[in-house]
Amino acid sequence: MTEIFGIPIQALLGQLLLGLVNGSFYAMLSLGLAVIFGLLGIVNFAHGALYMVGAYVAWGCLEWLGLNYWLALLVAPLIVGLLGALIERLFLKRLYQLDPLYGLLLTFGLALIIEGVFRDSFGSSGQQYPVPEVLQGATNLGFMILPNYRAWVIVASLGACFSTWFLIEKTSLGATLRAGTENPRLVQAFGINVPLMVTLTYAGGAALAGLAGVLAAPVIQLTPLMGSNLIIVVFAVVVIGGMGSIMGSILTGVLLGLLEGLTKVFYPEASNIVVFVIMVIVLVLRPAGLFGKEK
Amino acid sequence: MTTNSRSATNRNAHRVWALVFVLLLVAPFIGVYPVFLMNALCFAIFACAFNLLLGYTGLLSFGHAAFMGSAAYVTGWLVRSAGWPPELGVVAGTLLAALLGLLVGLIGIRRQGIYFAMVTLAMAQMIYFVCLQLPFTGGEDGLQGVPRGTLLGVLPLSNDRVMYYVVLAIFVAVFFSIVRIVHSPYGQVLKAIRENEPRAISLGYAVDRYKLLAFVLSTAFAGLAGSVKTLVMGFATLSDVHWSLSGEVVLMTLLGGLGTFAGPAVGAVTIVGLQNMLADRVGSWVTVIIGATFVFCVIAFRKGIVGELLAWDQRRQR
Repeated sequence: MTEIFGIPIQALLGQLLLGLVNGSFYAMLSLGLAVIFGLLGIVNFAHGALYMVGAYVAWGCLEWLGLNYWLALLVAPLIVGLLGALIERLFLKRLYQLDPLYGLLLTFGLALIIEGVFRDSFGSSGQQYPVPEVLQGATNLGFMILPNYRAWVIVASLGACFSTWFLIEKTSLGATLRAGTENPRLVQAFGINVPLMVTLTYAGGAALAGLAGVLAAPVIQLTPLMGSNLIIVVFAVVVIGGMGSIMGSILTGVLLGLLEGLTKVFYPEASNIVVFVIMVIVLVLRPAGLFGKEK
Repeated sequence: MTTNSRSATNRNAHRVWALVFVLLLVAPFIGVYPVFLMNALCFAIFACAFNLLLGYTGLLSFGHAAFMGSAAYVTGWLVRSAGWPPELGVVAGTLLAALLGLLVGLIGIRRQGIYFAMVTLAMAQMIYFVCLQLPFTGGEDGLQGVPRGTLLGVLPLSNDRVMYYVVLAIFVAVFFSIVRIVHSPYGQVLKAIRENEPRAISLGYAVDRYKLLAFVLSTAFAGLAGSVKTLVMGFATLSDVHWSLSGEVVLMTLLGGLGTFAGPAVGAVTIVGLQNMLADRVGSWVTVIIGATFVFCVIAFRKGIVGELLAWDQRRQR
C-alpha cells in the first residue's frame, strides 16, 4: 500500500474527505453569519441552534410524517426560515439602534431557549437519521472508496454556497441587498422596503443553517447541543476569514475543514483546537482576517 | 450602555450598604446554608470582575469561564496533589489566570467590538479542550476531593463558618478594589475608552495598553473566584471552563446592572439562587428559563435590577 509520511494514503484521503464534509458545513454556516452580519450588524449566536432545528425537523418529518429525505430538504429550510423571520420580527427588530453586543447576547439567550426546549423533548442522548436509500453505499474510485452520501453533501452544500454567492453578487436583488448593507437609509429612500429586506435576509441566513442541518443529519448523531459546539468553531472561521466577502467565507470554511482533517491524521490530539490556533496566528499576522478589510 | 452610579454617595445608599453588610455578617447564624452563600459569593466575585471589563471598559469577553475554570483546576491540583497550603494555592491559581488573561488579551485586543467577543469565545473554547485533555484535570470526571486545609496554618477552613468569613473577606476586598480602580485616574481613562475609543486615542492615550491591563485585572479576579470556589466546593469540573458559564456571567452582570458596583453581585446571587431553587423542580427547563431571562433583560431590562433602582431613586429625588 502506498504511504505518505508513514500514513497509508487511504486513511489520509478518508480524513481529507471528512474534512471536506466538515468544511462545507463551516462554509454554509459562516456564509449565513456573514450575510446576516452584513445587513443587520448582528452576530447570530442562534445560528447553531437553527442548524440543529433543521436536522431535527428532517428527523421529525421522517419519524412522524413519513416525509422522506428529499422532501425534508425542502421543508426544513422553509420551517427554519420561518422561525428566523419570527425571531427577527419579534426580537431583533428592537435592537437595531443599540450596541451590536446586545444582538449577540439576545441571540445567545434564544439559542439557550431553543436548545433547552429540544433537550427537554428529545433528551441529550441523540437520534440517528438514516442515509437515504439512493445514496447508500460507496463508489470505488480506484485510489479510494468514496461513500456516496458524503460526496452528495459536498456537492449539495457547495452548490448552496455558490448559489448564494451568485444571488448576492450577480443579481439585481443581490445588488439591492449590498446597497442596503452600505447605506440602508438611502436604499429606503429609493422606495425599497428595507425592514422587509432585513427580515428576509435573516430568514434566508436561517434557512441556510437549516439546510446545513438536514444535510448533516445522516452523517452525525443528532443531539440538541450539536449546534452550539459547532458554532464556536464557525465563529473562529469567521474571524479568520473576516466577514467582508462571501467568497472569502466559503473558501475559508472549506480550507479550515481540510486542515482539520489533515490534523486528525498527523496529530489527532490537536484536531479540536487547530482552527483556534490558526485564528490566533491570523490575528497576529493579519488582524482584519484573510479576506477582511481594515476599517 | 451603562448608567452612572453617582447617587451611590447619598445617604440612602449608605444605609442600604450598612444593612447588606450586617446581613452578610450574620447570614450563617440566621439559617442560611453557608455553602450556598459561599458559592454565591464566588460567583459574585466573578461577576464583579467581569463587570470591570464590560461595564467600565466596554469590552465584552465571551470566554471568562476559561479563566475562572483554569484557576480552579490549578488550585485544586496544587492543594490536593502537591500538598500546597490553601493560601498559596489560591495565589497560584489567580496568577495563572492573570497570565492566561495576558496571553488571550494580547491576541484579543487586536480586534474591536463584536470580533473581540468572538475571539475571546474561541480562545476560551481552546482552553476548554486543553483542560479536557490534560491528564491532571481528570477529564469528564473533574478534579475531585480537594481538601480545604488550614489558612496560614491557623484557621481551620474545614469549618463552614470560618470558611464563610474568609470568602466574605475576599469578596469585600475584591469589591472595594474594583471600586478603587474605577474611581482612580486609570479607571476614568477606561470609561473614556468605553464612551469613545477614537477620541481617547486622539487624546494621546495608549488605548490598547489600558484595555490589556483591564483585561488582565479582570481575569485575575475571575481566577481568584475560581480558586476560592474550588476550596469551598472541594472540586473543579469541566463546567467551570465551559462556554455556558461564560454566558451566565454575562447574564448575572446584565440582570444585576451593567456598570453599577453592586449590580453584578446582586445578579450573581439572584441567578445562583434561582438555579438552586429551580434545579429540583423543573430539571432541564433551567436552561430555558435562563435563556428567557437573557432575552427579557436585553429587550426590556437593560439597566438591570440595581440600575433600575438607582434610576428610580434619582427620579424620586427630583
